[in-house]
Amino acid sequence: MKLKDIKRILEAEVIVGDDQMGEDVTIACGCDLMSDVLSFVKPGALLLTGLINPQVVRTAEMADLQAICFVRGKRPAQETIEMAESKGIPLLMTPLLLFESCGRLHKEGLSGCSEYRKKVK
Amino acid sequence: MTPDNKISRIQELVYEIRVGEVMQKDVITISPQTNMSELRGILREKRISGAPVMEGDEMVGIISIEDFIKWLADRENDCPISEKMSKDVQTLYADEPLTQAVNKFERFGYGRFVVVDRQTGLLLGIITKGNIVEGLLKKLEIDHYKEEEEVHRRRVEHFFEDILADKVVLLFQYDVVGHDFKRAGEGASRLKASLRRLGLDPQVVRRVAIATYEAEMNLVIYTKGGKIRARVEPQGISVKVADSGPGIPDVQKVLQPGYSTAPEWVRNLGFGAGMGLNNILKCASKMNLRSTVGKGTQLNFHIFTKNGVMSETN
Repeated sequence: MKLKDIKRILEAEVIVGDDQMGEDVTIACGCDLMSDVLSFVKPGALLLTGLINPQVVRTAEMADLQAICFVRGKRPAQETIEMAESKGIPLLMTPLLLFESCGRLHKEGLSGCSEYRKKVK
Repeated sequence: MTPDNKISRIQELVYEIRVGEVMQKDVITISPQTNMSELRGILREKRISGAPVMEGDEMVGIISIEDFIKWLADRENDCPISEKMSKDVQTLYADEPLTQAVNKFERFGYGRFVVVDRQTGLLLGIITKGNIVEGLLKKLEIDHYKEEEEVHRRRVEHFFEDILADKVVLLFQYDVVGHDFKRAGEGASRLKASLRRLGLDPQVVRRVAIATYEAEMNLVIYTKGGKIRARVEPQGISVKVADSGPGIPDVQKVLQPGYSTAPEWVRNLGFGAGMGLNNILKCASKMNLRSTVGKGTQLNFHIFTKNGVMSETN
């Protein structure tokens, strides 16, 4: 699934990375606890989260995540946006809640991180 | 590049580069009714040595400083440019290689050629020998930068292979400021970038980055700050994270998943759930935690390059 498909399905707004919407995402995860993201999320995943502080971008950088989508219509602070720009990590924002966002994407065929091994093999 | 290589590269470039890439696009044109006496002022003001003569959209000739000098030398009366211009205008197509332009300059001895579109015949620009030299120099400079960057990247990537020694160790140190949540993670981020530059396996780098980031968050949340030292060898990476207090009263307890003494503000930011040390343990091949209350804590972990690549857990 491409980032532009995710944008369409989640009725999302692109905050950073308009030119990266052609990039592919095969798995995703919805999580508000960064330690769990670091522990369970696989490289190349899309992170759906309600947290908007710069450490979310830092977490994505460390764990090699593909993109971040903020849920519940939360707009990140300028420093979060700036960090994402400097690291080349696309940011999206959807008005949907976390559960609805995950549900829609999973229904459209995007897998969760526990299905990672099946996907890559 | 050796001088010989450079010359053959220029020879290649005159075939590669098209006239359209180096021509001047802002062309100053003159109408045929302009008087010869006005020409000097125009050429001087626009800093050009010649210009196409245009009647509306149609090019009717070309006038140059040589025509002006000849007119002066002949001491003729003032007249419109159309009487003194060359009407047989030699043109070049924008899609022709530079070598065609060089040939034409040699054959005709002109100072400039008008560049037109092959299909429409419309004026696109003007080209002088100066434009050609400038275009070649620019391309050579770009080539040179690219080459240097490539050499630099390769040199760093093959660092371990290129060093002749029985044992090679690289040491990186990062200073962490306590309670500075905004800058938290900078150390892990810089370490990660450095390891990637060394050409280490991405999966190994990811594990080191995650473990170091968790350790750095602990320094920022619970201590006044400390140091991260990474010792990088071809077989593996050892990271030592040390602070000067306050220290952990019960080390066994903090190793339990979910045990946390983090304040509310840390939890609100998505950390402090008592998973950090477990995460480090999950990423590392070996981990060791020692602490003395009042003195400080030292956390060591090691990630073997081989294990890191093979493991699928994180």
